[in-house]
Amino acid sequence: MAMTERVRRLRQESLDAEVTLSAERGKLLTDFCMREHGLVSAPVRRALAFRYLLENKEIYFGKGELIVGERGPAPKAASTYPEVCCHTEEDLVALDTREKISFSVSEETRAVFREEITPFWSGRTIRNLIMREMTPEWKAAYRAGVFTEFMEQRAPGHTVLDDKIYKKGFLDLIAEIQDSLESLDFLNDPEAYAKQEQLRAMEIAAEAMILYAERHALKARELAEVEEDADRRTELLRIAQVCEHVPAHPPRDFWEAVQAYWFVHIGVITELNTWDAFNPGHLDHHLEPFYQLGLAEGTLTREEAEELLQCLWVKFNNHPAPPKVGITAEESATYTDFAQINTGGVRKDGSDAVNEVTYLLLDVIEEMRLLQPSSSVQLSKKNPDRYLKRAGRIIATGFGQPSIFNSDLIVQELVRQGKTVEDAREGGSSGCVEVGAFGKENYNLTGYFNLPKILELTLNRGKDPRTGDRVGIDTGDPTEFSSFVDLMAAFRGQLEHLIDVKIRGNNVIERLWAEHIPTPFLSLLIDDCIKTGKDYHDGGARYNTSYIQGVGLGTVTDALTALKYHVFDETTFSMPAVLTALDTNFQEDERLRLTLLERTPKYGNDDEYADGVMKKVFESYFAAIDGRPNTKGGSYRINLLPTTVHVYFGSVVQATPDGRTAGAPLSEGISPVQGMDRKGPTAVLKSAGKMDHARTGGTLLNQKLTPGLLESEEGLEKWVHLVRSYFRMDGHHIQFNVVDAETLKAAQAQPDHYRDLIVRVAGYSDYFCDLGKTLQDEIIHRTEHREF
Amino acid sequence: MTSGVIFDVKRFAVHDGPGLRTTVFLKGCPLSCLGCHNPEGQGRGPELLFRPDRCTVCGDCVPVCPHQAITLANGEVRIGWDRCQLEAACVEACLPGALELVGEVKTVDEVVDLLEDDRIYFDESRGGVTFSGGEPFSQPDFLRELLYRCKERELPVVLDTCGHVEPALFQELIPLAAHLLFDLKVMDEDRHNAYTGIHNRWILQNLEWAGNELGSGRGKGPVLTVRIPLIPGVNDDEENIQASARFLGELRTPPPVDILPYHRLGVDKYDRMGREYGLGALTPPSQVAVQLACQLLEKAGLSVSVRGEQHGDD
Repeated sequence: MAMTERVRRLRQESLDAEVTLSAERGKLLTDFCMREHGLVSAPVRRALAFRYLLENKEIYFGKGELIVGERGPAPKAASTYPEVCCHTEEDLVALDTREKISFSVSEETRAVFREEITPFWSGRTIRNLIMREMTPEWKAAYRAGVFTEFMEQRAPGHTVLDDKIYKKGFLDLIAEIQDSLESLDFLNDPEAYAKQEQLRAMEIAAEAMILYAERHALKARELAEVEEDADRRTELLRIAQVCEHVPAHPPRDFWEAVQAYWFVHIGVITELNTWDAFNPGHLDHHLEPFYQLGLAEGTLTREEAEELLQCLWVKFNNHPAPPKVGITAEESATYTDFAQINTGGVRKDGSDAVNEVTYLLLDVIEEMRLLQPSSSVQLSKKNPDRYLKRAGRIIATGFGQPSIFNSDLIVQELVRQGKTVEDAREGGSSGCVEVGAFGKENYNLTGYFNLPKILELTLNRGKDPRTGDRVGIDTGDPTEFSSFVDLMAAFRGQLEHLIDVKIRGNNVIERLWAEHIPTPFLSLLIDDCIKTGKDYHDGGARYNTSYIQGVGLGTVTDALTALKYHVFDETTFSMPAVLTALDTNFQEDERLRLTLLERTPKYGNDDEYADGVMKKVFESYFAAIDGRPNTKGGSYRINLLPTTVHVYFGSVVQATPDGRTAGAPLSEGISPVQGMDRKGPTAVLKSAGKMDHARTGGTLLNQKLTPGLLESEEGLEKWVHLVRSYFRMDGHHIQFNVVDAETLKAAQAQPDHYRDLIVRVAGYSDYFCDLGKTLQDEIIHRTEHREF
Repeated sequence: MTSGVIFDVKRFAVHDGPGLRTTVFLKGCPLSCLGCHNPEGQGRGPELLFRPDRCTVCGDCVPVCPHQAITLANGEVRIGWDRCQLEAACVEACLPGALELVGEVKTVDEVVDLLEDDRIYFDESRGGVTFSGGEPFSQPDFLRELLYRCKERELPVVLDTCGHVEPALFQELIPLAAHLLFDLKVMDEDRHNAYTGIHNRWILQNLEWAGNELGSGRGKGPVLTVRIPLIPGVNDDEENIQASARFLGELRTPPPVDILPYHRLGVDKYDRMGREYGLGALTPPSQVAVQLACQLLEKAGLSVSVRGEQHGDD
């Protein structure tokens, strides 16, 4: 199987396209908001703005494209969302000139910002509002790097579609809205009017989407008229037919199904480009009926289906995440917009879902070898080994994808959170590793939480030793702790206090979004917003989960373990001696540092002493968060993943008692501290498996493989056993990198020769050369120590 | 409680038998093969290893040695190997891990507990434990008890042996294993003596017994696989391979043969032990030499693999 000439060209164009910042959306929205002064409810205003964008944005048709629709006027032209975060002149310069993850900003674009967009939005964004509403305590913790805030530059999202758009057209959704409007009870329901406005807004958004598709049909017919190539003319007319039918009506064939999804995707990322863009979820489940029908009727071949999917892949890759600045850029330094396509797993009835389209998707993933979309293998005990081996052969090519998830455990996690078993089975993972009930849940990552920083504050009685600022509470003088129990109690106190600070902030921020920036288009797609007449941001979804993602589990575990072992159990060192060493970054005492590093039990070695401390940290974190109410009728839950924030968080934490020096990256996900796992992968997996993953909403485990292991059939089978064993321990997720350290060093020295080198970072893959040097070094370090 | 000396435990061993395994290396070997890739497994007692690549030349090891066996000169740490009494104070002082004592006394219980740590992997993959060395039979009482205990715990055992075992002992313990990896090096007795320092009569007698009494999984008792380390100039000549092929082909159940081409991964270890490497600058066998050996063995009707990968015609 190979790429057609068309796909090869489109793929290359996508790879070569420069990432630019487009003023189109920002300008259209500004035009709309400057004109629109009428007294209109917030949801209707947002819907009208959405319609205005879709009515007026440029329609892009790439040469030879089969799937159409771009967020901006051209591939990789990233939109901005000035109602969320308005970029200043300095931001634009920084975006244009920064070394990594840059966005080229033309003088013309800069002028539009300078003259129209920035003056209008400055001081009126949700970002401004958030910073205005946060307490001094919140701000101090945010500045110190105790936590990050996901909603200050990007919209709450992290949501995934189920199968509804393949069964219902937008006209059907409009009919449902009508039903809901008719059943509003203005006599007994005090919220009837609010619901009416929300439903009206959804209707406008649905109509706007149909109109947007029709504009593509029209454009296709125009292009067909002047097209000289007969084959392309036929294709354009076919595209016109597809766009006239979907998404107004349910798709009738494979092509229409793929295009229907892509229109919906563009709708979501034009409305707000929520975190993690948008995601078709179980694409192999959804497309299978269309695929089988096409084959049976003789209207589709495997090759045609593959080409359409490859065209969809190019579309994903054309859409870098919108530009991020400041701490948000640090916590998520990547072009990836985290659309994670799931394969395999189980169906709603619990049966094995691996099918022909699953293998087709895996072929496409391997051939396309693109940064986006991300892909994951959802692995149930019911899925065949053939499926996992197929994934292993892709991983063996050193591309970092797909990552592997335990779908049976994900069902358990979701059911524990209160979902029905059917909704749980239709769920899966998205973004990095987080779980949700696809099509029915608003699950938000609200921010990363720096666990080693909590220990640092505990050891400094609430003061940040880096700045001298008071950030936490005084949890007692550590030199007076008489036992490890005292230390853990103080750590828990500090943790609970700062989690309170974070949650208090979240509960305000959630309301700001709900009241000021409703999202009527996204609400159409997630049950039960239409039924309840409520916005996605306001509890309209059937399930509403707010996550706080713990970071640095390995580092904080090893640090606490070192104190328990050397200060309390073995009394090798006194607490004051350790604290002094930390204050001076071990400058005076390298022996002490090496003792902490080399003569201490470490997490990741199947050592009960250290792993027991990990469990204590886990339980403290879980107890501080799980089950607390958010403002949408749902609950707070935990997960453990870092994206790239472990580098930023590390930069704000001074030396730690595990022997880590000031500023060095923290451990990532639930992986052991870099280089500290000395007993091989079975021991790492055993340690990680001691955590109760079922009570999380996702954990992230990184493993390195030497390139050789997956090359032989025998090695592949042993690798299958390794993965299956981890999932037998109820591990949530595992991902593998199979590049060797030498290759990475060469890429660091000569980036131009290694532009296409993709590595697994943490829950997602990225171009190695796009990573900052610290992260590159860290991955090299990880690689050198983890090979087996 | 019986105890023995272990020089390494490798979890996630993927080349020492079926499935995922934990390989336990018992210290001591009756053979002293030139260029043995586990020289630290040859001697029976503990031994000191020094890794210059990890040494930061901090000098902390120098004053702690009661026998003044370590000196610091010209920015280099030097070990006076003949003075070392293995008291290991230097190992305790060496935080970067450049000094290491290999050879740890462990009880049968301790070993079995270690094995149980990876039980879930064994169950998932139909793997288990591999006893290797050194030579596992060089600690017969320890091995016997380990084997009985593993049988009781239903932990499948692979035995990796050089074959130089007193035949009665061999025949007593082999049935307790599920799989036998039997190393065959040199057929001619004089040449065997020259290369390993000892005769090969027991080796051939035990191999003959195993090949006749055990099956390749069909009969009772463990599955037999013969491993031939292919060492240029030592045993890769046509005469020796032919003789091996003939010997194996005439067994009642000719066992599958796995060729392990000579590699130099063990060379550094000699430096670390202050020993001379016995095979000098010998290079690994060429692809052609490996192919040739495979063909000769296959001609005798044997099924041949190279490093566990089935050898084919391609």
